[in-house]
Amino acid sequence: MLTPVMTWIDERFPMTKMVREHLTEYYAPKNFNFWYFFGGLAIVVLAIQILSGIFLTMHYKPDAEKAFASVEYIMRDVPLGWLIRYVHSTGASLFFVVIYLHMFRALMYGSYRKPRELLWIFGMVIYLCLMAEAFFGYLLPWGQMSYWGAQVIVNLFGAVPVIGPDLAIWIRGDYVVSDATLSRFFALHVIAVPIALLGLVVAHIISLHEVGSNNPDGIDIKKNKDPATGKPLDGIPFHPYYTVKDIFGLVVFLIIFAAIVFFAPEMGGYFLEHNNFIPADPLKTPAHIAPVWYFTPFYSILRAVPPMFGSQFPGVLAMGGAVVILFLLPWLDKSPVRSIRYKGPLFKSSLTIFVIAFLLLGYLGLKPTNIWGQIGGTDVATVVAQLCTALYFLFFLTLPIISRIDRTKVEPERVTL
Amino acid sequence: MKSILVIWSFLSLVGTAAAAGGGYTLDRANIDGTDVESLQRGAKIFVDRCLSCHAADFMRYNRLTDLGLSTDQIKQYFIADSSVKVGDTMKNSIRASDAKKMFGVVPPDLSVVARSRGADWLYTYLTSFYKDEATTTGWNNRIFSNVAMPNVFWQEQGVMRVVHSSDSQEGYTLEYETPGAMSPSAFNRLMLDLTNYLVFMGEPAAEKRKKIGSLVIIFLILFAFMAWAVKREFWKDVH
Repeated sequence: MLTPVMTWIDERFPMTKMVREHLTEYYAPKNFNFWYFFGGLAIVVLAIQILSGIFLTMHYKPDAEKAFASVEYIMRDVPLGWLIRYVHSTGASLFFVVIYLHMFRALMYGSYRKPRELLWIFGMVIYLCLMAEAFFGYLLPWGQMSYWGAQVIVNLFGAVPVIGPDLAIWIRGDYVVSDATLSRFFALHVIAVPIALLGLVVAHIISLHEVGSNNPDGIDIKKNKDPATGKPLDGIPFHPYYTVKDIFGLVVFLIIFAAIVFFAPEMGGYFLEHNNFIPADPLKTPAHIAPVWYFTPFYSILRAVPPMFGSQFPGVLAMGGAVVILFLLPWLDKSPVRSIRYKGPLFKSSLTIFVIAFLLLGYLGLKPTNIWGQIGGTDVATVVAQLCTALYFLFFLTLPIISRIDRTKVEPERVTL
Repeated sequence: MKSILVIWSFLSLVGTAAAAGGGYTLDRANIDGTDVESLQRGAKIFVDRCLSCHAADFMRYNRLTDLGLSTDQIKQYFIADSSVKVGDTMKNSIRASDAKKMFGVVPPDLSVVARSRGADWLYTYLTSFYKDEATTTGWNNRIFSNVAMPNVFWQEQGVMRVVHSSDSQEGYTLEYETPGAMSPSAFNRLMLDLTNYLVFMGEPAAEKRKKIGSLVIIFLILFAFMAWAVKREFWKDVH
């Protein structure tokens, strides 16, 4: 019944060939653990965001006079509008949770190492796009935090020497964040960045399937092939093995997702900030402007660097550098082994310190700088943030040395389950 | 298991620590979003007393049907102006320019005030007015100093005044100067009803959301068991 249809398609489009290459004959290592759920989950969250976004776009008005009211209209008058909106706002935060865990996996198992450098770079560009997407999207509800958050971030571009002020006006389309800014951020949020994201995700997956998946042992499964079939001995077809496994992981993830959407959509003010239920008021600056949690580690780095020569630019550079330095990871790691399982105590401690510094920066970025009081006129939290900023960069800067001198273990011949 | 703990600690770090207070403690608003009678009483006070100055531009009168009221009841008890339709949103009767002249500020829209302020803040605010000759209205508020709003409930509550006290965290306490028409506990009950209504109005779909949510999660948990069983079956031959 289906065969003639498939033959007809296959003569015109490589359907069966693609299914084989990417699913039924894509051999993935059989020892994937918990950390390998997040790539697939990221794709699902992207799909959720696009779908819920389409429905929000049908009712949302990108107009400074109407935006806030149109969001409330969605929450009250659109059938199940509240659900669509909460799915989108929860999805935004969980996208970053999933992506941070996905990136941490790469850090642990050396998934960025040769031959996966380009795969890592595609991933990093996806991460950059995601940050842009979140930033543009956050302006759209047109609440106080939307407005002032955007004001603060755009002003950062104003700190760039010489061209800064003009650059900031070019981004805003006005001298302050206004209706012009809202309209262009809407266009970028619903068209430009999503298209770039989709293209990059395709590139990321093609690149992954070209070089093959890494695994928790960090060893190459293509080295041990069945001499008769030529298939990797430690590989299993992605479909059905990992499709059924990932469905289980997805359902567990959806339980967490649903628990937030239905029972804590504001997530205590971290996913939907309380002040964002006050309509944007260009004349009233809120006492404490904090970005949404997924930006706070970088925001902390920005605040930790003091102004130099009367300019905020060093802080802006440090914040940008904190993201850009991740791109260099494949070339900074000189270790003879990929996975943390066979790396030595130096790398393990270094990574632990890095994670603690990153989480602390994220926490401090949510709070005013005076939360831990002062010693000798200096905010304690600022000093801690400065220390964490130094530790953040030291992880990368010391990696070439640490990875060379560390006492590594011998990698096994075959993967361990 | 270890990895799940890692994630959990990451999430809880993000999720802990509520916003710091402003140097005062808030009274806990012990409200129940399923208590329809309390919500109806709150709605009635809101429409009668708050709506003269404040608007609720996103709240339609007919949404009160969620509180078990019929359209006729809403028309009869909640809409005084016959030109207002039951599907209209709640507009205030005062003009913005007049309000600005009278109070110095335009009274804020209250549709989502509970979502930015929180129930505890609203309840404490509503019960914390005191007499202060230094202000233009003659009223001040313990948690919102020099607020432009007078104590609209002074007849019910009575008149409170400041008594300096070194024991209190703020350096003063509030005491009755003149008792009101209601006993303190009855008045607090009334303000709880109003707070309850404000929280409902901030998100009218909230109770429905929780109801649907329980079903969704039960379904997903059953689905998870099935998905696990399928996975185990498929993976039997992987060693």
